[in-house]
Amino acid sequence: MGRVVFFISEAFRALRRSAAPSIAAIVTIVVTTLLLGVLVPVLKASEDKAQDVRDQIGLNVYLYDDATPAEIEALGKELAAIQHVTGVEFISKGEAVGILQGRVKGDLAQSIDELKSNPLPASFALDLDDPANLNTVSSAISTVGPSGEPKPISPIIEEVKDARQDASKITRVTGAVKIVLIVLAVLLLVASLMLVGNTIRLSIYARRREVEVMRLVGATNWFIRWPFIIEGVIVGLAGAVVAVAILWLGKVTVVDPLSQNFELVDSFSTMGFLPLVIILVASATAVSALGSGITLRRFLRV
Amino acid sequence: MALTRSRSSRGRPRGHDDAAARYTQRTGKPPPKPPIVALKDATVVYPGGHVALERISLDVQRGEFAFVVGPTGCGKSTLIKMLIREVEPASGLVEIAGYDINDLAMSKVPLLRRRIGTVFQDFKLLPNRTVYDNVAYALQVIGESRSEIRRKTPEIIRLVGLQSKIHNYPDQLSGGEQQRVSIARAFVNHPPLLLADEPTGNLDPETSIGIMQLLYRINRTGTTVLVVTHDRDMVDKMQRRVIGLEEGRLVRDEHRGSYHDESTREFAARLKAQMDAEESRPGD
Repeated sequence: MGRVVFFISEAFRALRRSAAPSIAAIVTIVVTTLLLGVLVPVLKASEDKAQDVRDQIGLNVYLYDDATPAEIEALGKELAAIQHVTGVEFISKGEAVGILQGRVKGDLAQSIDELKSNPLPASFALDLDDPANLNTVSSAISTVGPSGEPKPISPIIEEVKDARQDASKITRVTGAVKIVLIVLAVLLLVASLMLVGNTIRLSIYARRREVEVMRLVGATNWFIRWPFIIEGVIVGLAGAVVAVAILWLGKVTVVDPLSQNFELVDSFSTMGFLPLVIILVASATAVSALGSGITLRRFLRV
Repeated sequence: MALTRSRSSRGRPRGHDDAAARYTQRTGKPPPKPPIVALKDATVVYPGGHVALERISLDVQRGEFAFVVGPTGCGKSTLIKMLIREVEPASGLVEIAGYDINDLAMSKVPLLRRRIGTVFQDFKLLPNRTVYDNVAYALQVIGESRSEIRRKTPEIIRLVGLQSKIHNYPDQLSGGEQQRVSIARAFVNHPPLLLADEPTGNLDPETSIGIMQLLYRINRTGTTVLVVTHDRDMVDKMQRRVIGLEEGRLVRDEHRGSYHDESTREFAARLKAQMDAEESRPGD
């Protein structure tokens, strides 16, 4: 217990005595943590958005108007039994009009009312466990006959449609964005690690004589190392706290007002602020402490 | 006195076990303690091929006060470094209190250094610590309790005569005072062996006598003291064992003067008298 107190007081003594390098290290950590703090939510948001789009992709099975309720019910059961299908929803002609009216407004909505008959077909909307299985499922519903024309499993099926083309486009775009962001994040992480390591090394290099003296009066490596690690923890914590404060300020003054006005920005704040803060503080502290501990190694070989 | 508390077979006394058993069988008495320092053909070669020490063999008994003399570059400092395992010999045996220190695991080296007080020529004080903290560090390193540190530290600082500068930083002290701090730090654990590398190297004769007096006082508590110096005058006056090195070879090992019990005060008076006599001699 006395040792812990001693190590902590040693760390604070070192911080006081070498204020300039300590502040340099803190500023380095603030900058890199800030960049990460912006990048991580953006990455997370784009990933979530892509997942969202993928989740919406399903299959629509359109039916002929002359299908009887019994036939429809039988087909519903048949569709639900197909592998990879997680949900089957029947949309009647009337419901289809309702959905359409919900989507369009003004004159167009009125013109739907003016229609004498309902031109929309009834359909089944199928949910799949994974968009990758679109092909399998759609070919299970509608096999291709020998002459090339589709041959559905039931005579009441008019057409099987999926949003595959849209989906693959979206997946491709979000995939590219994701790769770019990940590469950026990794580069930033490597650069920040090197920068922090270098700053720590400078501050330790300035005290290498001190370390040498400690070795010569019989201090064990860990006895010398602990104060340096605690110092690293303090520097990392301080840097992370400042960075989080700036991020919070940015969130309150820029992102929050924007998200009230624009749905797009709102959808991007998919990551809770608290988990982000925890991740940032933990990683900044860990990097700083490990950096101190590892850099010290080369000075401990006396 | 065991120098390290090694539990493994590493660092155990070598060759002494059998001899000790035979001695006890023959005489019925416990065997005599091995010499505090025993070198057998110790050779140190620095990277680049420079031979700093060549086949040095010597013993230093417990309680001895010995000088190591020789011109610059003769290997005196290397000898000290070898004894605290700052450098390792290329060949030969280095034993401290019967333990082969080069057989010691790297992690045990701090334990060795805690049992040897070392006074460095350049003091090697921690620059941003006060006199008190510098001395206390040696106690903190061995895990001494805070109450013990608070008791022992002022005591040893008083012994070296620096109680009025206890809260000063090293750069506020004179060379002699810094050397005293260095000695206080080396001795605060009461190690069985104290090594001093040119303790009077940068000091005026008056101050040198004070430092020597201090080392002598420490020697009288039973600590073996090994002083490396090029100050032949001082060595002649002290009349103690002298080990001479030249170009890394042992060229002289003689016990000068008698080992009669001299009080610290008598010792200082004798040194001073000799120095005054020299000063009054014209043309010297």
